[in-house]
Amino acid sequence: MALAMAPRMRCLYIFNRNGMCLHYHVWLRSLMTLSPQQDQKLMFGMLFSLNSFTAKIDPVSSGKENNPPCSFYSFRTNTYKLHFMETASGIKIILLTDPRIGDLREALMHIYSNIYVEYVVKNPLYSPGQPFRCELFNMALDHYVKTLQ
Amino acid sequence: MDPPLFFSRAMASIYNLFIINKSGGLIYYKDYGSTAKLDTNDSLRLASLWHSMHAISKQLSPTPGCTGIELLQATAFDLHCFQSLTETKFFVVAESGAIGIEALLKTIYELYTDYVLKNPFYEVEMPIRCELFDLHLARLILRDKSVLV
Repeated sequence: MALAMAPRMRCLYIFNRNGMCLHYHVWLRSLMTLSPQQDQKLMFGMLFSLNSFTAKIDPVSSGKENNPPCSFYSFRTNTYKLHFMETASGIKIILLTDPRIGDLREALMHIYSNIYVEYVVKNPLYSPGQPFRCELFNMALDHYVKTLQ
Repeated sequence: MDPPLFFSRAMASIYNLFIINKSGGLIYYKDYGSTAKLDTNDSLRLASLWHSMHAISKQLSPTPGCTGIELLQATAFDLHCFQSLTETKFFVVAESGAIGIEALLKTIYELYTDYVLKNPFYEVEMPIRCELFDLHLARLILRDKSVLV
């Protein structure tokens, strides 16, 4: 899979459970239809609706609700692929990439536990629920993302 | 140019099929064994929801030229969507990892053009009530199902 030199990652969003965008990181984005705030709100709203859509249309759920409801983890269009992960605390990590890329669920898990938790949550100067700007987080993220391409 | 009919054999079964017109209204719904038995209202609601999500995904694209979601992957199922040039959308809920669904959707589109659009009594964008379409569709889907048994 040694593809082109062009980066396959487009951008990353991190939201908390209230819909606040904690971080927006962009690598290569040639088009932004809406303003950043509107784009983030729309992204959060769309994911919220997609989650309820997935739970409703799930063909194999038993009525019992013993297992957690089915949730989606990725969707693909002709120009991009969106990867989604939600943690138990309501932190949502969204990664937009080239459409040809494979399954990135483990990568998202790694970004959460080894980069976000390590450099942001464990940072004593960070107040939860606020957007953050952390150099070490950015560096670690860029470094990790390079290994994925 | 069109794939021969025998290539459209799906390797796994589909759970249901939705056809929505270009304004997002449901014009055809068929259930092939999903446990989530959707009544008419539910199916209408889900179809409209999908239409909106499909449109919103175009706005969030980081590169120009996005035509909407083609594949949605969740833990329990995959949803494949095919959009014709007239913005009529055909989407199916299938097993995770099912292959051949794109070809199946193209074949369903062929059946739609042959038995629905060419029917002189059919009004475009209205719910589909064409016996021949139902017949050929059933033959196509159930033939694939019987392959697995």
